Amino acid sequence: MTVSKSDPTPDSRPAGPVLAVEGLSVSFLTDGRRATVVRDVSFEVAPGETLAIVGESGSGKSVTSLAVMGLLPPRVSRVEGRIRLMGRDLSSLSQTEMSAIRGRDMAMIFQEPMTSLNPVFTIGRQISESLVRHLGLTRSAARAETVRLLEKVRIPNAAARFDEYPHQFSGGMRQRVMIAMALASKPKLLIADEPTTALDVTIQGQILDLIKQLQEEENMSVLFITHDMGVVAEVADRTMVMYRGDVVETGTTRDVFHHGRHPYTRALLSAVPCLGEMGETTDPERFAVVDMETGERLPAAPVVGTVDRGEPPVLSVRDLVTRFDVRGGVFGRRTGAIHAVEGVSFDLHQGETLALVGESGCGKSTTGRSIMRLVEPVSGSVELDGFDVLDLGGSDLRRMRRSIQMIFQDPFASLNPRMTVGASVAEPFTTHRLGSRAEARDKAADLLERVGLSADMSSRYPHEFSGGQRQRIAIARALALDPKVIVADESVSALDVSIKAQVCNLLMDLQESLKIAFLFISHDMAVVERVSHRVAVMYLGEIVEIGPRAALFGNPQHPYTKKLIAAVPVPDPARRGIRRNLDVEELKSPVRPLGYRPPERRYRTVSPGHVVMEDTL
Amino acid sequence: MYVFIARRLLLAIPTLLIISLFVFSLQKLLPGDPVLVMAGEERDPALLELLREKYHLNDPIPMQYAAWIGNAVQGDLGISLRTNQPVVDLIAEKLPVTLQLALMSMSFALLIGIPLGVLAAVKKNTFLDYLTSVLALSGLSVPNFWLGIMLILLVSVKLGWLPASGYQPFFVDPLLSLKTMLMPSFVLGNALAASMMRHTRSAMIGVLSSDYVRTARAKGLSERAVILSHGFRNAVLPIVTLSALLFGELLAGAVLTEQIFTIPGFGKLIVDAVFTRDYAVVQGVVLCTAIGFIGMNLLADVLYVVLNPRMRASM
Repeated sequence: MTVSKSDPTPDSRPAGPVLAVEGLSVSFLTDGRRATVVRDVSFEVAPGETLAIVGESGSGKSVTSLAVMGLLPPRVSRVEGRIRLMGRDLSSLSQTEMSAIRGRDMAMIFQEPMTSLNPVFTIGRQISESLVRHLGLTRSAARAETVRLLEKVRIPNAAARFDEYPHQFSGGMRQRVMIAMALASKPKLLIADEPTTALDVTIQGQILDLIKQLQEEENMSVLFITHDMGVVAEVADRTMVMYRGDVVETGTTRDVFHHGRHPYTRALLSAVPCLGEMGETTDPERFAVVDMETGERLPAAPVVGTVDRGEPPVLSVRDLVTRFDVRGGVFGRRTGAIHAVEGVSFDLHQGETLALVGESGCGKSTTGRSIMRLVEPVSGSVELDGFDVLDLGGSDLRRMRRSIQMIFQDPFASLNPRMTVGASVAEPFTTHRLGSRAEARDKAADLLERVGLSADMSSRYPHEFSGGQRQRIAIARALALDPKVIVADESVSALDVSIKAQVCNLLMDLQESLKIAFLFISHDMAVVERVSHRVAVMYLGEIVEIGPRAALFGNPQHPYTKKLIAAVPVPDPARRGIRRNLDVEELKSPVRPLGYRPPERRYRTVSPGHVVMEDTL
Repeated sequence: MYVFIARRLLLAIPTLLIISLFVFSLQKLLPGDPVLVMAGEERDPALLELLREKYHLNDPIPMQYAAWIGNAVQGDLGISLRTNQPVVDLIAEKLPVTLQLALMSMSFALLIGIPLGVLAAVKKNTFLDYLTSVLALSGLSVPNFWLGIMLILLVSVKLGWLPASGYQPFFVDPLLSLKTMLMPSFVLGNALAASMMRHTRSAMIGVLSSDYVRTARAKGLSERAVILSHGFRNAVLPIVTLSALLFGELLAGAVLTEQIFTIPGFGKLIVDAVFTRDYAVVQGVVLCTAIGFIGMNLLADVLYVVLNPRMRASM
């Protein structure tokens, strides 16, 4: 099953490159001005080769791929340079000629499988459309070929699913449909723009393997756009690093990873957490900082001595249960329930970071919200800083919320665009009437400095800040009430790699200076390994394994934990040939019928503090 | 699906009851005594009392309502105080007229509004887009009565192309019927076309920037297939809902339009009834209109579900 590939270099192949881009520049017209977003980019993709373009937001990697496809909006964009596909110059083609090539000689899959399929057409129609258009098949021939393609991308029961609509498919299945669509007319070049970024990690592994396998079967070239160095290491023969519209480095993936010359390449790589690199250490460790000018790497400092386990925990959760009703029928009767959180128990000490990890729908976010009473739990007990949270009402509830604050995932949506950031940061302080306006202003200024911004920024509005800066503002706001606990719900997930590292470092700095306890909710195992003291793995609303970080990552016991860890792409080019199980497995659903009684669970203690559920689920 | 329709039908019952109560009370709160109007010049107290007895106007108001709604359910909306005809007959006589006007106006609104909206969205921020916007804005701002009168002056009086007023039943002389109704329905549909166009434009712009339209382009489909099949098929969903809501505006607009073109429809019926305090007719017409409006919205909801597979699944 494992097929190792020789490293193909463009010159060793007799045939010319499938794709050759020379001096590509792209500029957009915004508010009457031209802004150049891609500058003088040149690269080639050889037959059968995978070239990865990596970079963060604004690097121009997606624009480059859209320019190759000719999918940039013609009125506002200007594309210069030469793009040749199998020797044919695409820049001289008309829109109509271009549309005949798109989907036939080169095809593209996108980041968002949930929105990339047309919701009102069956998936069968959407795939066969391409066959009819490019291969001139009849409808019945197209149907048969579509079913074959669906089987090829390993969609179970393909023939029966031809007439289903996109909403009947999960995210991973939709991405398979997208791939089937892209493969329809056997393109020479597949452009994959962040094809696994929106997927859960176990599903990501399946899709990456599928792409690799199909590439070999069809001898396709792949242009792989991603920000994830782990994915790059697994799929790419060669890697091209882009930064703010420029190519800063191109080379074999091995060279780029091990002998990266440009400071940005090094900065990017040092910001990438590598699962397993923490080994036996027990404390969280900051990310190494690389000087962008010199490429000099400053060593990372661990977060030491923030936790005192002799003290009682600041947050203690016991048998927490949260369910949501599912309704149906003429009168909207209850027909079942989503068992979002089922019998969850854990302790969190002052100055400690407990990570809740798991995939979509595992209940990690609902757990965080239940603890804050943003949703109402069904039963259980939550003790926070002396409050019995689930029994509180009215003003007590408000007082309790001073002890626990939240930072959300989307820094763009979580700040009010019509409030200055100073007012946003001071708002918790003023609504809880903790002091005068002047004091609130001083507090806001102080907090902004604390999170690495400057006090004079407080009169600006959110749109003037970048994503990372906004997340810092959100952190400052969460700190305004001097909370004991902060629930960080995927707080760094939406950020670019280097920004993510900085914000994680900030959280660890704050923990060291303020002894804050973090409930760190995340799907990103590598980041979790870096920042947390203890880790709880959630699956279908339950904690299947909890323990000190080193114990859990070093000696995972539950099958689901093992699967989760194995699925994480590791940024190490030596894993280039890795193949995982191609089994199509879907995430299970926590929706249960009425009257469902969750079974009694048995737990086993592996080592002190490391507990695993005996049931496999 | 059937569950969905059943649920919506059940919900329509309380809605109709509230409307009927509202109509009935409003009628009672209005100044003026229908009996005085009926009795004419001679105000003989005995005659007035007799009339009040005959029409149960001395009963307590809740009983009057109960009697009215009880009969209404059985298809009896009472007798017109003015013409002594059953209200149901009056409605049956005028309904086809207004229905034809409404249908033709709606067709105008859809036929003008949707293509222009799609065009404006595809040509966003170009001269064509601005031109259609200006047209739409003028369509919205020009008052119906003014446009109606101007058209009569130009098309009927000056050019003599179309009849200026009146009504011809469709099944008697279809061509003449369509010709007579052409101007009124254009006047009525014109304002709706403008809002239809604006909404189609914004729905289309949203859809055209969506990921699945990009996918359709990446597939290599022709621009025409991308816009019409992948784009418009999705943009039509909000338009369906809008059309049902505009139907209400249409009925309101019909009152005025029928006055301008002297069309003997619902509008004329209700205006005459209000002026003569013919409350049985007012109640009947309003109730009928409400049923029509609710029916249209129900139809729109069902159509929405049929067109939208995501909704179909949750039914």
